[in-house]
Amino acid sequence: MTQLFRTATGGHIDRDSPLAFHFNGRAYQGYRGDTLASALLANDVHLVGRSFKYHRPRGILSAGSEEPNALVTLDQGQGRITPNLRATQVALVPGLRARSQNHCPSLRCDLGSVAGWLSPLLSAGFYYKTFMWPPSFWYRFYEPAIRAAAGQGRAPRVADPDRHAHQYAHCDVLVIGAGPAGLSAALAAAASGARVILCDEQSALGGSLLSEPDVTIDGWPAAEWLDETLALLADRVILLPRTTAFGWYPDNLVGLVEINENQPRERLWQVRAKEIVLAAGAIQRPLVFPHNDRPGIMLAEAARVYLHRYGVLVGSRIVVVTHDDSAYRVAQDLRQAGATIAAIVDTRPDAAQVEGIPVHAGETIAATEGRARVHSVWTSAGRMIQCDTVLMSGGWTPSVHLFSQARGSLRFEETIGAFVPAETEARMQAVGACAGVFGLTACLDTGWQAGGGIDRRFTVTGAPATAPAGLAVPMPPHAKAFVDFQNDVTTRDLQSATSEGFHALEHVKRYTTTGMATDQGKTSNLNALSAVAGLLRQPVSGFAPTTFRPPFTPVTFGAFAGPARGDLFDPVRHTPIAAPDAVFEDVGTWKRARTFPRRGEDLPAAIARECLAVRHAVGLFDASTLGKIEVVGPDAAAFLNRIYTGNFQTLAVGRCRYALLLGDDGFIRDDGVVARLEADRFHVTTTTGGAASVLHHMEDYRQTEFTDLRAWLTSVTEHWAVIAVQGPHATDTIAPLVEAADLGAMPPMSVRACRVAGVPARLFRVSFTGELGYEINVPADDAPAVWDAVLAAGAPFGITRYGTDAMHVLRAEKGYIVIGQETDGTVTPHDLGLDWTIAKSKPDFVGKRSLARSDMLRNDRKQLVGLLTTDPSVVLEEGAQLVAGGDAPAVSLGHVTSSYHSAALGRSIALALVAGGRSRLGGTLYVAMPDRMIEVAVTKAAFDDATIQRGAPPPAPAKPAAMRQPNRLIPKTGQSRHVRITPLAPTLRLNIRAGRAAAATVGATLGVMLGTVPCRSNTSRDRAALWLGPDEWLVLAPGSETDLPARLAAALGNTPASVVDVSHRTTAIEIAGPRAAWCLNAFCALDLDLHAFPLGMCTRTVFGKAEIMLWRIASETFYLEVARSFAPYLQACLDEARREFLDVPEP
Amino acid sequence: MLLIPCPWCGPRPENEFHYAGEAHIARPPDPAAVDDAAWADFLYMRTNPRGTHTERWRHQYGCGRFFDCVRDTVTDRIAGTSRPRS
Repeated sequence: MTQLFRTATGGHIDRDSPLAFHFNGRAYQGYRGDTLASALLANDVHLVGRSFKYHRPRGILSAGSEEPNALVTLDQGQGRITPNLRATQVALVPGLRARSQNHCPSLRCDLGSVAGWLSPLLSAGFYYKTFMWPPSFWYRFYEPAIRAAAGQGRAPRVADPDRHAHQYAHCDVLVIGAGPAGLSAALAAAASGARVILCDEQSALGGSLLSEPDVTIDGWPAAEWLDETLALLADRVILLPRTTAFGWYPDNLVGLVEINENQPRERLWQVRAKEIVLAAGAIQRPLVFPHNDRPGIMLAEAARVYLHRYGVLVGSRIVVVTHDDSAYRVAQDLRQAGATIAAIVDTRPDAAQVEGIPVHAGETIAATEGRARVHSVWTSAGRMIQCDTVLMSGGWTPSVHLFSQARGSLRFEETIGAFVPAETEARMQAVGACAGVFGLTACLDTGWQAGGGIDRRFTVTGAPATAPAGLAVPMPPHAKAFVDFQNDVTTRDLQSATSEGFHALEHVKRYTTTGMATDQGKTSNLNALSAVAGLLRQPVSGFAPTTFRPPFTPVTFGAFAGPARGDLFDPVRHTPIAAPDAVFEDVGTWKRARTFPRRGEDLPAAIARECLAVRHAVGLFDASTLGKIEVVGPDAAAFLNRIYTGNFQTLAVGRCRYALLLGDDGFIRDDGVVARLEADRFHVTTTTGGAASVLHHMEDYRQTEFTDLRAWLTSVTEHWAVIAVQGPHATDTIAPLVEAADLGAMPPMSVRACRVAGVPARLFRVSFTGELGYEINVPADDAPAVWDAVLAAGAPFGITRYGTDAMHVLRAEKGYIVIGQETDGTVTPHDLGLDWTIAKSKPDFVGKRSLARSDMLRNDRKQLVGLLTTDPSVVLEEGAQLVAGGDAPAVSLGHVTSSYHSAALGRSIALALVAGGRSRLGGTLYVAMPDRMIEVAVTKAAFDDATIQRGAPPPAPAKPAAMRQPNRLIPKTGQSRHVRITPLAPTLRLNIRAGRAAAATVGATLGVMLGTVPCRSNTSRDRAALWLGPDEWLVLAPGSETDLPARLAAALGNTPASVVDVSHRTTAIEIAGPRAAWCLNAFCALDLDLHAFPLGMCTRTVFGKAEIMLWRIASETFYLEVARSFAPYLQACLDEARREFLDVPEP
Repeated sequence: MLLIPCPWCGPRPENEFHYAGEAHIARPPDPAAVDDAAWADFLYMRTNPRGTHTERWRHQYGCGRFFDCVRDTVTDRIAGTSRPRS
């Protein structure tokens, strides 16, 4: 268990905290502060994987996120499995279990190394050239074998038990990288009082300062200066270690991934920064020579990092091969630590001598030997040198990735042989090594300036003055001189590509896959560019670099999914009427009851029973999900005339009319019933799925087209629950419950405001079943009681609950259409035989012009018909195609749109859209199924009333299940002093739409002004007026003031305005505490700092997948409203967000 | 995620908005008077430029208003927004 290659002292590890871990089943020891890579190296483990294509033994190359070789799978058991992690980025934790990848049966003895012998068949683009004969073998043998061999780690097959969080944040300055330049920038920005976030992908902040024992800054040793700086910053700046900035998005939005040891395992930040300081550092380049990929061959500076930061010696007998001066410091430091430097091989002919170390100038490495570990090298002068480690230094490449993602331009800097940031329009500056500035003093000074600091000069001692190096001269192409380690791309592959005619860098990249592995070519891109330039005999500066795309390093799916999993994936919306014994279906995000099967009943039997109950007795149906829009104003009828096909000027108060809503292209988009409640107040229904889009469509025309019409639109979908009572005994059932309306005097298609079961209601006499029927609209909170009352009142008549399955059959028997079944965006009213809905007298309405196009009047268009199968027991499949008969191939004449078994008719029925359907009535067609043709008779799209059976009444219904109260907003988890959530009592809510004069009247009557400043509120005593739009306010008042709408109507008189009661539409909570804004920002992208969202500010916004209204009522307190069906989702989101803050510890 | 400056509410994240197509597509005031070709032009033909595009957005989960916006379709930069003309 001893760590042979751990130094006795030194390093930023905690030698008092030894940790045990396992790699490939063997136990080892490391320290807290180690990465998996440093701990393995301390234990003299260098062989950590097998390469992608050739299965060559590979070791750890680097000390950072650029690592191409050491890809491991972490397996902590119970589903905590993550493949393809770089061992250099995995923080060592107690009990860590990791294993290497891409070998069988084992790392040391891998059958896959056969691929090494097959390498001539596996060169670049091999799948275009080899494995082609015989052709049949490709699908049966070659492709499956290649596919099985491809990839690195294996994807887990168990659900991930960890939590992943999301967080939105805003700041004035985001500093990416906490090395000297970044720390300096953060210091300057923090001193000015700005909101600063500093992030770094490493688990310790400090960057290169973590491996500079001899440097002093302003007189302090680097380590102490670092501690002081971090202590200073901790109070003023959000410090995010272990956090990678992986992508830049428009308007300076940066994606960060933070990795934690505890829950949440990962946090995805979306940070909107006014300014970005990019201090991402630079990555050392390897040298390209034959067999440069053996375990023990590493980047030179990485060896220094392992020594000074982790207290690990990477080897005992070391050869350094270099192209620049920086490697000499590496050699000195390692020699001081006790390693033998066998030689420094310097490619430059004018390399200087070093005391005590043989320096071979003007030479390079011609070959290396060793399988599981390098054991010797041959230089180009024929020298053989024994060693166990080779350190390469090929220059430095600035990490310009995020700068380039922000559409910044790059320019090639010859002196360092790499691209540096040039210009960008984004508010981003690059400083330090990632801008091509390598001296420590310059990094500190320019970082300070970038952070907004005024001229300051840091005093630095002990840092080397190193001359930058350009690109090494490429050697002749060799089959085992690796450019891209992770994708096994050699200089021979690059030569193949250029000799086959690929001269553009993007083509060479794609053909050879160099730079396309998960490391995105961090250690290979410039070497590949240099090799290609050499092969094409062109200067490197003539090439444009390939595009950088996010993410900078791989990001897990879990991080992107965040909390949106399981219960939080989508809101699940229920109506106020509970139906615990129903079978449900999804309609958009709603759950609707399909059927209420009884014990021992299958679904078809239940549906048949429900249908017969409606035809013979009376049925009860929850229609609450349908959209409802209240249209108010002196020009309400005129506006509806423009939008729907009917004429509503002629619709009397108290009457309803069925209408179609078309697009200007003439095709049906939605249908509904328009009811006139008062001369200037209409209640319009829409389909469940169309509610939002219909309102949006109407608002488009209202705001931007028909702007002279004074009419306002308010959604009341969730304010009213709808209880439909349908069947011959419908009137008998509800009559005892109805007050203030004369049921006997209600003609079909009429509406009355009245009271039902003691609550205010809008009672519609409408029917979607063809039977006598009513739809009782009551405020949502009162719905369960009214439902129970109707059930009780209907019991003597055998009242039966029915669901959407039965509803569909009943309406189809009558030939009523359903939007989305009989319509598909290409169907006109004429196609469906619904011309009668169009008011001929109207000069214009949306869609009218298109209906006059000759194509819309052709007789061979698809028209709605009914189908009766010759064999009445056969139920057609919806969507099946219809043909005239004869042999295949046949022309499709149309398709089946709706198909059911009808209990009332005792046989199957169907509706279909058929070309020239109305001219085919009485004829025969065939439904083409894969295995047979089904003969059908074409009939009109309504099934004979007379044949609908009205025989014996159905058996008495079972006692209905007790109704549960609908979900209230009750916190499931405990409270905490950090975040407290309190449900608020019901209140009176009015949606006010008004011009200036009307707004003044309303304000005077209410006692609180309707303000004109956007997103601000006025409060007075016990009421508030919240600005939601330029002519829209939400008024909150005590629930007891039920006469307020009437008082407002009286005060307004004839002044145009819209006052709509929306009290039941939403539920409200109060969220308070120091972490309230933080919890909201887990799902809401707004800046909730006091200066950006001040006291009194109110707005609608997005919270996860719901719309909310957010209002700040105190410095740490928000009022939040959401549509009632989204309340459970909102509560679940807030519970997730505040798990971290509960006073009770996490189980 | 773009930051879109609503003319009433100020800069807001893109997820509060709904894109509403090219701006200034005038609906013929008397549709009965235009021929099929002109009507099809109004319904379906759009400029689709590479570069500056004047378009409409609606602040769907905010104030609910439609407004005009000038955005570069190549760089995605928004030059400005304004209240609708009429």
